[in-house]
Amino acid sequence: MEEVVRTTVALAGLTTLILLALATPLAWWLANGPKKGAGAWWKEAVAAVVSLPIVLPPTVLGFYVLIALGPQSPLMSLLHPFGVRTLAFTFAGLVIGSAVYSLPFAVQPLRNAFEAIGPRPREVAATLRATPLDSFFSVALPLARRGFVTAAVLVFAHTVGEFGVVLMIGGAIPGRTEVVSIRIYQLVEALQFRQAHRLAAALVLFSFAVLFALLMLERRAGRGPR
Amino acid sequence: MSEIRFHLKGEFGEFRLDAQASLPATGVTALVGPSGSGKTTLLRCLAGLARAEGEVAVGEAVWQDAGAFTPTWRRGVGYVFQEPSLLPHLSVKANLDYAAKRAGDRPGPGFDEVVAMLGLGPLLHRSPEALSGGERQRAAIGRALLAKPILLLMDEPLSSLDAASKAEVLPHLEQLHRSLSLPVIYVSHDALEVARLADRVVRMAAGRLVASHEAASADPLAHLSEGQVRTLARAALAAGLEVGS
Repeated sequence: MEEVVRTTVALAGLTTLILLALATPLAWWLANGPKKGAGAWWKEAVAAVVSLPIVLPPTVLGFYVLIALGPQSPLMSLLHPFGVRTLAFTFAGLVIGSAVYSLPFAVQPLRNAFEAIGPRPREVAATLRATPLDSFFSVALPLARRGFVTAAVLVFAHTVGEFGVVLMIGGAIPGRTEVVSIRIYQLVEALQFRQAHRLAAALVLFSFAVLFALLMLERRAGRGPR
Repeated sequence: MSEIRFHLKGEFGEFRLDAQASLPATGVTALVGPSGSGKTTLLRCLAGLARAEGEVAVGEAVWQDAGAFTPTWRRGVGYVFQEPSLLPHLSVKANLDYAAKRAGDRPGPGFDEVVAMLGLGPLLHRSPEALSGGERQRAAIGRALLAKPILLLMDEPLSSLDAASKAEVLPHLEQLHRSLSLPVIYVSHDALEVARLADRVVRMAAGRLVASHEAASADPLAHLSEGQVRTLARAALAAGLEVGS
C-alpha cells in the first residue's frame, strides 16, 4: 500500500516539475508570440495541439504514447545507442505519458497569467535598462506567480487522478508503475471493499484539500496586493 | 551645443507619423498638440518602444539610423508614463533600486539626492498600491531619474491626477528643472504646466511637428491679459496653490 502511494506522489511531483519547466517558455510564446500573419496561425495551431489531451480519451492518448515509447518507434531508436530499447511499462515512460496528458493544465494558467500582465510592466523595465531576459525573470515571473501556483496544483492533482493513460503505458507493475487510482480499481475487482474505501476516501480528501487551497489562494489574490 | 535630432516616419494603423526636429539637448521641451496628434506615438518611437523608420540621435549617441536600431534597454532613455507604472510587486524602494542597480555608476543624481528632491523618504517602504496618484507619479519620476538617462521623456505625467495632486507634484518638477541638466521632452495638454516648466514649446498636429518657439520670457504670465491672469489666479487658488509660488 505504501509503495503505491509513494509511486503516485513521485510521479505527480516529477510530472509537475517537468511540466512547469516545459510549459513556461511555451506559454510565454503563446501569450507574447506573433499577433497576426502566418505566425499567429501557427501559434493557435500549437495551442490547439497542446489542448488535445483535454478532449482525447485517455486510452487514445495512452495508446499513442505507448507506441511512441515502444522498441519499434523512431523516437526510441534515438535512444538505442544508449542501451535503452523501450520506455513502455517503466516509471520514466509513465512520467512522459503523464506530462503529455497534463500539459494543457500547465500551459493554460500560465498563458492566462502572462497575458494578464500586459506589455506595460516590461516596457517599464526596458526603460530602466533591463534586457528582455532580465525583465522576464525580474518582472514577468514574479507578476505571474499566481499562474504558477495554479498550474502546479492542477497538474499535481490531475496526475494523481489519472487512470487510463497510466494503465496503458505503465501496465500497473507493483512497486514501479502501479499508482493509487489503479490499485483502487484492482481492489474493487478483487471485492476488497474495505481497502478500496480507505484509498478512495483518501483521494476524495486530497482533492478537496487541493481545490479548497486553490480557491482560498484566488480569493486572497483577488483583494490583496499581488 | 549638443542636440537631440530625429526624423521618424511610420504608419500606426490609420495614423501616419512624420516628425522631424532638432532640439537643444538642454532644459525642458514641451510637446503640445490636440489629442490624437501623435505625441505619445512620437515619444514611444524616441524611446524605442514602438518602431518607426528614420533616425534618432541624442548628442553623440545614435539610437537609430538607416542601418541600426538600439533597443530601449540600451538607449539610456528615461520614461514617465501617463498612468502610474510602478512595478506592482515591488515596494517604492525596490522600484527605485531596480533602476539604480541597472544604471550602475553612470553619471547622474544619486539615490539620496533623488529621494530628497522628490520627497520620497516617507514612501520608501510602502507598496505602490498604498500610494496616492501624486505619490505614485513622484516615485515613477524618481525611478526614471535613477536609471540615469541621457534624455527623459514624460508623457503627460500629471494628466491622470486631480488638481490637488497636480499642485503637489508640480513644484517637484520645477525643482528638477532647476537642479538637473538632463534634457526633457514633456508632453502636456495643460497650458499652465507648460508655462511653468517649458524652455521651449514644440507643437504637433496630425503626426507632424508644425511649429516651435522658445518660451517667450521668464515670466510665464507676461503674454496674458490682465483678465486672463485673474482667471488663472482664481483657478490656482481653487486648486490650493499659494499666490506667488
